[in-house]
Amino acid sequence: MDNTVVSTGTEGKTWGGGNQPLKASYGKMMMWFFIVSDALTFSGFLAAYGFSRFKFLDSWPIADEVFTHIPFYHEPAPMIYVAFMTFVLIMSSVTMVLAVDAGHEMKKAKVTFYMFLTIIGGLIFVGSQAWEWATFIKGDYGAIQTKGGSILQFGEYVEKDGEQVFKRVALKDFAIAAEHTDRTQHESKNGIWFLSEGTLPSYTVEEVLHGLKENSDILVRTQIINEDGHKTVLSRSESIKQIQDNGKMVVEGANLHVNEYGTPLFADFFFFITGFHGFHVFSGVVINIIIFFNVILGTYEKRKNYEMVEKVGLYWHFVDLVWVFVFTFFYLV
Amino acid sequence: MADHAHKLEILRGLIKFKSNTQKIWGVLILLSIVTTVEVVLGIYKPDAFMAHFLGMKILNWVFIILTLVKAYYITWDFMHMRDETKGLRRVVVWTAVFLICYLIFILLQEGGYVFDVYHQEYIKNF
Repeated sequence: MDNTVVSTGTEGKTWGGGNQPLKASYGKMMMWFFIVSDALTFSGFLAAYGFSRFKFLDSWPIADEVFTHIPFYHEPAPMIYVAFMTFVLIMSSVTMVLAVDAGHEMKKAKVTFYMFLTIIGGLIFVGSQAWEWATFIKGDYGAIQTKGGSILQFGEYVEKDGEQVFKRVALKDFAIAAEHTDRTQHESKNGIWFLSEGTLPSYTVEEVLHGLKENSDILVRTQIINEDGHKTVLSRSESIKQIQDNGKMVVEGANLHVNEYGTPLFADFFFFITGFHGFHVFSGVVINIIIFFNVILGTYEKRKNYEMVEKVGLYWHFVDLVWVFVFTFFYLV
Repeated sequence: MADHAHKLEILRGLIKFKSNTQKIWGVLILLSIVTTVEVVLGIYKPDAFMAHFLGMKILNWVFIILTLVKAYYITWDFMHMRDETKGLRRVVVWTAVFLICYLIFILLQEGGYVFDVYHQEYIKNF
C-alpha cells in the first residue's frame, strides 16, 4: 500500500462531487428552505381559519363590518386602511429589491438609502397593525352574548337614499343605566383570597334590556346570515324576547374570550395570524436594521458582495407575500 | 444569480424592460393595479360577481386568483425566482404547492362536514 488516497475514477463526472446543480449559495438555499417551511406554517394557520369559517359558514362575522376604521376619520370606510397597509408593505418590498439591485452593482450609498426606506416602511406597517389591533380590542357598538355563546347586536332602520337600511346603534346610545346599582370592579387588593375580576362592561344586561324596551325603534340583529348575505334582523317582540330569555353578558370590543362582532374564534384567529405575521414583520425590521448597519460599516464592501442583503431581502419579500394572503382571507373573501 | 443576469420580460414577453430597476417599477405598477382592483371589488361588490360557482361566490374566486397572481410576481420578480435554476424553482414551489393544496382540501372538507352536522342534527343555536 503505497498510496492512501483511493482513486474512484469518477473525478470530473456527475457523481465526483463539487457539483452545484441549483447554482445558489448555501445561505440563499437555506433561506429558501426556511421560507418553504414558514409558508407551510402560515398555510396551516390560514387553512385552520378556513376550517372554522366553513364550520360556522352561516354565522361568521362580515369583515367589512368589523374593520371599518381609519385614523382621524369617523365614518365607516371598510378596506381603505388595510389597502393602505398593503400598499406600504408592497412599497417597502420594492425599496428592498432596489437595495438588492444596488448591491449587485456594489453601490454602497444606494444600498444604504434603500435599506433605510425599507426599515421605515416596515415600521409604518407594524404601527398600523398595532392601531388596527387597538381599534378591534376597543370595539365600537357593544353587544349582548347569549347563554349559548351567540352574539346579539343592536340597530335601527333608517332612511338612506330612499332605502331602508339597518344602522347599528351603540349600547351607550340607548341603554339606561340604573340608579344605585353601580358595581365597582373587584380588585385583588380589596378582597379576601386576592381574587380579582376582569374589566366590567359599562352596562348590565338588565340596563340594556330596559333601554331596548324604552326605545321602540331598536331591533336585535343575530349572527345568522340570510339569503341576501346580511345578518338576520329580528322583529321587535322577538328582539325583546331574545334579550330577556337568553341575554347573559354585555360584550364590548374583542379579546381571546369574547368578541362583540361574532364568534370569539374570529377574534382568536385574527389575533393569532396577524400577530404571527406582525411578529415576522417586527423581526424582519430588526434583521434589516442589523444589515443596514453592516452596510454602513462597509462589511459587505470588504466582502466584495452584498449577498447578505439579498438573503434578508428574500425574508422581507416573504413577509410581504404572506400579507397578500392574510389580506385576502381576512379582509376580502 | 452569480452572473447577475436578469430576465427582463414579464407576462410571457408581452412587456420587456430595459433594466432590472425598470422591471422592479413595472412590477410595482402591476401589483398596485391588481390590489386596486381587489379593493374596488371589495368595496362595491358588484352583483354580477355574487353568483355561486363550485361552492363559493365568483367574487371570492376572483380575489383568490388575483392573490395568486400577486404571489407569482412577488416570488418571481422580487424574490428573483425567475432568475434561479429550474431545479431550485421546482424544489421550492412544488413542495409548497403540493402540501398546501392537501392541507386546504382536508381542512375545508372537514369544516364543511362539521357545518352539516350542526345543521342536520339537533344543536341549539341560541
